[in-house]
Amino acid sequence: MNHDHIISAKQLSRADIEAVLDRAAEFAADPSAWGDRHENALLGLLFFEPSTRTKMSFTAAIKRLGGDVVDMGTVESSSVKKGESLADTVRVVEGYADALVLRHPSEGSAKMASEFVDAPLINGGDGAGQHPTQTLLDLYTIRENAGFEDLTIGIMGDLKYGRTVHSLAHALTNVDARQHFVSPESLRLPRSVRYDLHEEGASIREHTELDTVLSELDVLYVTRIQRERFPDESEYRAVAGEYQIDTETLEAAKDDLTVMHPLPRVDEIAHDIDGTDHARYFQQAHNGVPVRMALLDILLGGDR
Amino acid sequence: MSDHELRVSKIRDGTVIDHIAGGQALNVLAILGVDAASGDTVSVAMDVPSDRLGTKDIVKVEGRELSQDEVDVLSLIAPAATINIVRDFDVVEKHRVESPEEVVGVLSCPNRHCITTGDEPVDTRFDVLGDGIRCQYCETIVREEIADHIVVG
Ligand SMILES: [Zn+2]
Repeated sequence: MNHDHIISAKQLSRADIEAVLDRAAEFAADPSAWGDRHENALLGLLFFEPSTRTKMSFTAAIKRLGGDVVDMGTVESSSVKKGESLADTVRVVEGYADALVLRHPSEGSAKMASEFVDAPLINGGDGAGQHPTQTLLDLYTIRENAGFEDLTIGIMGDLKYGRTVHSLAHALTNVDARQHFVSPESLRLPRSVRYDLHEEGASIREHTELDTVLSELDVLYVTRIQRERFPDESEYRAVAGEYQIDTETLEAAKDDLTVMHPLPRVDEIAHDIDGTDHARYFQQAHNGVPVRMALLDILLGGDR
Repeated sequence: MSDHELRVSKIRDGTVIDHIAGGQALNVLAILGVDAASGDTVSVAMDVPSDRLGTKDIVKVEGRELSQDEVDVLSLIAPAATINIVRDFDVVEKHRVESPEEVVGVLSCPNRHCITTGDEPVDTRFDVLGDGIRCQYCETIVREEIADHIVVG
């Protein structure tokens, strides 16, 4: 893999993806065995909006590799508060660290920031834009549970605003997955995403009901439908209720269906699914650490 | 020689942009960054009857030969435009605008959450698609009313 920065899952080829996932699998087999891999490496954390889990996961990853973090802290306590541009902030902080993670509310912020630094920069989420490490851990979980060959996946919930969905759908075109999108009409995939998938020659189908495809699926990826997308509570309740699943719903599914969710969930996956073999969402969250270890390892020159 | 061709050939040296869709002349000037402040001598003919376009606008910029890169951006709002390079009252080169691969700095991104709309030292960059343009930073696609996003002045 030859990338200076990780900005979008779109920049990754199938070979890149497999290289990251293979490395992640090595790390996952014994996460505590790599403490001398990148001794003293420093990862700069630039979180312009709170995302405790992403931050914890990156921190765990660099520490498992023997390194440590230098953390900008909250925006309130930094120079940004005084009106410093992002371009200036990253150029200063790059001097403090060997690699950077940026989380920022503006779309395109990671791409822009990467144009101002030489240190490898990883996009930890740019507003409604990209979140490539989430995509990679999703792919890792899919490969581990269902494999990439002859894969049929259903992606359900808020497909309009859910950036994890857009990025995952794009990445899945690399493995020629059959993709079914299940959502209310008002929350279907946006035009720009459909355009992209179309350009990639992806096999996609859109549905308003899960019933029509459930029995074909190897993986069901569920996302949250947010209250604020609807004008009033009753409309939200009526629509959201259509896209909740429980063990009864899954009676029509394959026995080895893998159910995923980027978490946190509210009530779109009933708790009675948690104890079944379908439930893979906590494992999915845990996979964030070895996957981020793998990316950091590659960017820090682990394969020298 | 028809009337308007006479008019077109009247500048001594410079560039004449012909066959601009009626009403787009001022947007053409904005895209080219040509105005009083730039020191260029500019004349504009608006709503000239045209067989091809119904009405068309014509822009003449004196003393300056616009490069192909400069004028290709015009293809976004004036796809039928023709470019005449004039030296010593003669049209020495005549070509059409071609769609560029990308447009840098001319347009603003309509997505208010895009990093390029903040106070950052960065030019906007758009990829030109078959039927629109796409921000290279936030990936927003603009298909209609591209002229509305021209950064003026
Ligand atoms: Zn943009």
